Amino acid sequence: MEVLVCIKRVPDTSENEIQVGKDGTDIEREDLVYSINEWDNYAVEEAIRIRDKTGGRVTVVSVGKAEAEEVIRRQMAMGADKGIHLSDETFNGSDGKGIAAILKAHIEKGAYDLVLTGVQADDGAGQVGGMIAAMLKWPFASLVNVIEVVDDKTIRVGREIAGGNQEFNEIKLPCVLSIQTGINEPRYVGIRGIRKVASVEIPVYGASELGVPVESIGKVGSKVKKIDYFVPELGKGAEILEGNTDEIIDQLIDILKSKGGIR
Amino acid sequence: MARQIFSYIIHKKGIPDDSALELLSAAAKIDPEASVTAVVTGWGSDLSAACREASKSYEHVWKVDNESIAYPDAALISALLQRVLPRGHIVLIPHEHFGMDLAPGLSIGLGSTYLPDVVAVNGITGNLLLAVREEFNGMVSTHVSCDTSEGAIITVRAGSFPPNENKDRSGLLTDKTDDAFQEGMPDCGRRFLELVQAEVGDVDITKSEVLVSVGRGIEEQENLEIIHELAQAMGADVSCSRPIVDAKWMEKSRQVGTSGQTVKPKVYMALGISGSFQHLGGIKGSPFIVAINKNLKAPIFQVADVGVVADILDFIPSLTEKINEGKK
Ligand SMILES: Cc1cc2nc3c(=O)[nH]c(=O)nc-3n(C[C@H](O)[C@H](O)[C@H](O)COP(=O)(O)OP(=O)(O)OC[C@H]3O[C@@H](n4cnc5c(N)ncnc54)[C@H](O)[C@@H]3O)c2cc1C
Ligand SMILES: Nc1ncnc2c1ncn2[C@@H]1O[C@H](COP(=O)(O)O)[C@@H](O)[C@H]1O
Repeated sequence: MEVLVCIKRVPDTSENEIQVGKDGTDIEREDLVYSINEWDNYAVEEAIRIRDKTGGRVTVVSVGKAEAEEVIRRQMAMGADKGIHLSDETFNGSDGKGIAAILKAHIEKGAYDLVLTGVQADDGAGQVGGMIAAMLKWPFASLVNVIEVVDDKTIRVGREIAGGNQEFNEIKLPCVLSIQTGINEPRYVGIRGIRKVASVEIPVYGASELGVPVESIGKVGSKVKKIDYFVPELGKGAEILEGNTDEIIDQLIDILKSKGGIR
Repeated sequence: MARQIFSYIIHKKGIPDDSALELLSAAAKIDPEASVTAVVTGWGSDLSAACREASKSYEHVWKVDNESIAYPDAALISALLQRVLPRGHIVLIPHEHFGMDLAPGLSIGLGSTYLPDVVAVNGITGNLLLAVREEFNGMVSTHVSCDTSEGAIITVRAGSFPPNENKDRSGLLTDKTDDAFQEGMPDCGRRFLELVQAEVGDVDITKSEVLVSVGRGIEEQENLEIIHELAQAMGADVSCSRPIVDAKWMEKSRQVGTSGQTVKPKVYMALGISGSFQHLGGIKGSPFIVAINKNLKAPIFQVADVGVVADILDFIPSLTEKINEGKK
């Protein structure tokens, strides 16, 4: 099976404090540690497992500036066969629909049976996968946490719904699925793996090669625009216990006892 | 003419979800003058009951009634809504597992803009809507503008708008089933097979009175030991956030959140948990929340009653020791 996985390079929230930048138009990007979007890592692992069962190839693709190459290479070290980088001045500032249009233009040129995305990326939108599918008029399922290949035209997928319950669907290929965390246990990628793919060539395609109409992408094409970033004040907030560790522990134990937390 | 806004109503066993009345408030926040229509899909008596309930709050109710959508199959419902909904309007949909499945594709199908997971609305000027979203798991928020001139699909986060409690309307019911099926059954390449219920675990955390809940801040599987020791000292049960289950360190039945369990303890200890809305969505009944986190900016401190800024790996063992000493 030819599987394409859409991947994005994002700030790693477990490594960084995310703060609003000085002029409020962006987060503070200096000194941020970036990594592969958590959901995409599960998607690539799943694609590799499918390929190992059915044969074929896994391609990873990312839309972004020069730095996107980093995560493409990392996912190739993980086991993807091919990497593709979609990059062009005109892509910058695209909204979700713009990103989907760029990816769709690439997918149309290929012969993919299955396209995987993550459920969501750093801005928690969860839009790109479903949009690509609708643009291609392919079937789509979101929040997928089980994929079973039935034959070369059909798969059975489990979607995670409320309460940990699962909804099973049969889907015709080609299709697009958005992958939920926990679907598998992504393999570890070591330095040696990264070195192995360090010099593999990653083709870069721009707007003209892809044939995407520039008026539908970039800042100009965006119907949804970020105006500024801020930190909201919600509710009254917690009473933060002060003092040295022993004092804090004593206060906390008293509070827990009074609330029935220690029995 | 007044602006037209549609709300998709999620319902179960004939009863509309809480989101039904929240979407109505969201619509009023967008434009208090708007004419708002509830769109209710489903089958038979359950659907009729849901429509009856919706019509107490909504000015108009449109229904699509067919056995094929007795189970809310987003692929099929998307295709049908594209036949029923007029172009160029605002459509509100709850941002949960069904909405996430339906909305992005529907926006493309209707040729409109998609604005996902909105938590607040600051009004609309002409066709330019101003709204608030969150990024990075709630650590920062953004003001966004959304051009709705070609219509917009907007998903709305649960609990972000107060329910509109006014139930003295008697909305006009319109049956749109014929429009939806005039061209026959849509072929969407996806077929609903079955629902599989979550496995039941060894402990039912939905019944626990005190929960010691652990998140990604625990860092390593081996460190979970200190959480179990604290829970034992307190006489509490252990629950967790999603990454702990994803890593297969605990059973799914211990996960608190929208895709896990809904718990209603008296006391909830959130240890190394950032406080994402999906996690908080599983905590009900206003428990007393204690958050211990090394980052004062973690959103969990906004909802907790008491907070400690500390490294749980150091703090928890000392806390456990002190509790145990006190029992001697
Ligand atoms: C559709 C969908 C459904 C979801 N359903 C759920 C759900 O049901 N339940 C759920 O929990 N999540 C759910 N999620 C995931 C959710 O979005 C968050 O990713 C998740 O809740 C984060 O878990 P966390 O707080 O443990 O981890 P993180 O967000 O990574 O937070 C870890 C926290 O630990 C702190 N920390 C780190 N080290 C230490 C230390 N040594 N001492 C003290 N503090 C430390 C950090 O400051 C941080 O605040 C869902 C997501 C999606 C898209
Ligand atoms: N710039 C990008 N390049 C490639 N894939 C992307 C990009 N942005 C988003 N995606 C894919 O779309 C998924 C959902 O992202 P989003 O819709 O932005 O929340 C991600 O998990 C990726 O699989």
